[in-house]
Amino acid sequence: MWIRSTLAYRVSFALTVVGGLLVTGLDFVAILLMFSQVDVLGGYALPEVAFLYGLSATAFGVADLAIGSAGRLGVRVRDGTLDTLLVRPAPVLAQVAADRFALRRVARITQGVLVLGWACAVLDVGWTPVKVLLVPVMIVSGGMIFSAVFVAGAAFQFVAQDAAEVQAAFTYGGQTLLQYPPTVFGRELVRGVTFVLPLAFVNWVPASYVLGRPYPLGLPQWAAFTPPLVAVACCAVAGLAWRAGLRTYRSTGS
Amino acid sequence: MGSARLYAAVAAGGFRRYATYRVATAAGVFTNTVFGLILVSAYLALWDERPHLGGYGQAQAVTYVWLGQALFATLAIQGGGFETELMERIRTGEVAVDLYRPADLQLWWLASDVGRASFQLLGRGVVPFAFGALFFPTALPDDPALWAALLVAIVLAMVVSYGIRFLVALSGFWLLDGTGALQVLMVTGMFFSGMALPLNAFPQPLGDLVMLLPWSALLQMPADVLMGRVDPWSAFAFQAGWAVVLLAVGRWAQGAATRRVVVQGG
Repeated sequence: MWIRSTLAYRVSFALTVVGGLLVTGLDFVAILLMFSQVDVLGGYALPEVAFLYGLSATAFGVADLAIGSAGRLGVRVRDGTLDTLLVRPAPVLAQVAADRFALRRVARITQGVLVLGWACAVLDVGWTPVKVLLVPVMIVSGGMIFSAVFVAGAAFQFVAQDAAEVQAAFTYGGQTLLQYPPTVFGRELVRGVTFVLPLAFVNWVPASYVLGRPYPLGLPQWAAFTPPLVAVACCAVAGLAWRAGLRTYRSTGS
Repeated sequence: MGSARLYAAVAAGGFRRYATYRVATAAGVFTNTVFGLILVSAYLALWDERPHLGGYGQAQAVTYVWLGQALFATLAIQGGGFETELMERIRTGEVAVDLYRPADLQLWWLASDVGRASFQLLGRGVVPFAFGALFFPTALPDDPALWAALLVAIVLAMVVSYGIRFLVALSGFWLLDGTGALQVLMVTGMFFSGMALPLNAFPQPLGDLVMLLPWSALLQMPADVLMGRVDPWSAFAFQAGWAVVLLAVGRWAQGAATRRVVVQGG
């Protein structure tokens, strides 16, 4: 329904996609500006940073397209319109995901894929079948990990109501973090996004294998192949959080 | 005198309105602190590679990041102030009622936005900035005069930011759908105000060009005033110049727009 309503205004849709490309593309322009002044950042050259950026942006774009609408949950909790979803005979989470499903978010994925494609083309890497296969695996698992963060954030909004920005800190903040090489950040921060909120498995850890870089925190080599497992675990935890959040829901009014 | 009291009341209302959302404010403080941490790390890596990039030392680059996080919501650098509301009123036609009121449209929203910005500065700006100053090596002056100058620069930045967003909002009279204009506001705000990278670290000649645009009055000028890298009076003059130009264009656009208003019959 939301797809059809968006496509009803074709010119407007095209404009918002182009605009979206510009908005999300600017993140990468900022990185390009940095590299106009230096040759390496945290020991990583531009194609390597572009590889990290493309992976994180694409995975985030997939999650944003699938479940990004969950950011609006706080509004529904506050004004009581969540009740409408509760009485319908469909899973609430699926309805929240489909709520105002914004097809224009394909802009983010497009932009990420473009940067990723460019990075893969110019990277000086000995591509093996395993490395090639790992790229789509990273995007899918990364998308699942980011989706889990979106859902957990939505669950938190049942409790906090108007704290949508806390969720933004972890979703948009996480994506921004992963655009830069892990060597840029302090050890505690890297440890936190590896073991507590496992964002490092979106790109840092598996990309280290592809790029032949030392692993963050000296993780063993097989860690590069764990993102699917991490993704499934994240989704399970997020699912539990979602159910717990939904149980605490009290409608507005008396 | 009576109208001054009216606009002061509107500003106080804007302040109080945003002060109501306590959890949202705390959430915003948290988000700005997280983004500050990420940016500080990236900037430190950058300045490690190129010491004194753009004339900043590492401590000055760090100060710049935390001032940026403090002013992000205050100056609504990517939007998020009154402009969405005014656009909605233009789209629905409710603006016709506003135009009949015995208060000026431009001044009314300016007062309300200054109220909002003042609250965001106190509620959302101070904590991330203090956090940054406490846990990172920053380049903060001891001279109270520079802090006073910073305050003046921030107030002028509020007016410039308002001037830009008022024009964006008025574009609704011609475009009706505000999505595109708001997107442009986001892009330009993030890029030309130096939220992504300090303007003096831009490669030349792009760097010289962006310093002349109104957006450099938002973050770059207050930052350079605080760190004593620019003569405060010339910074004020630059900011005030753009404020006057933007407000004048806004006034003209308001006149042109009100002549266009057609109230739909029911």
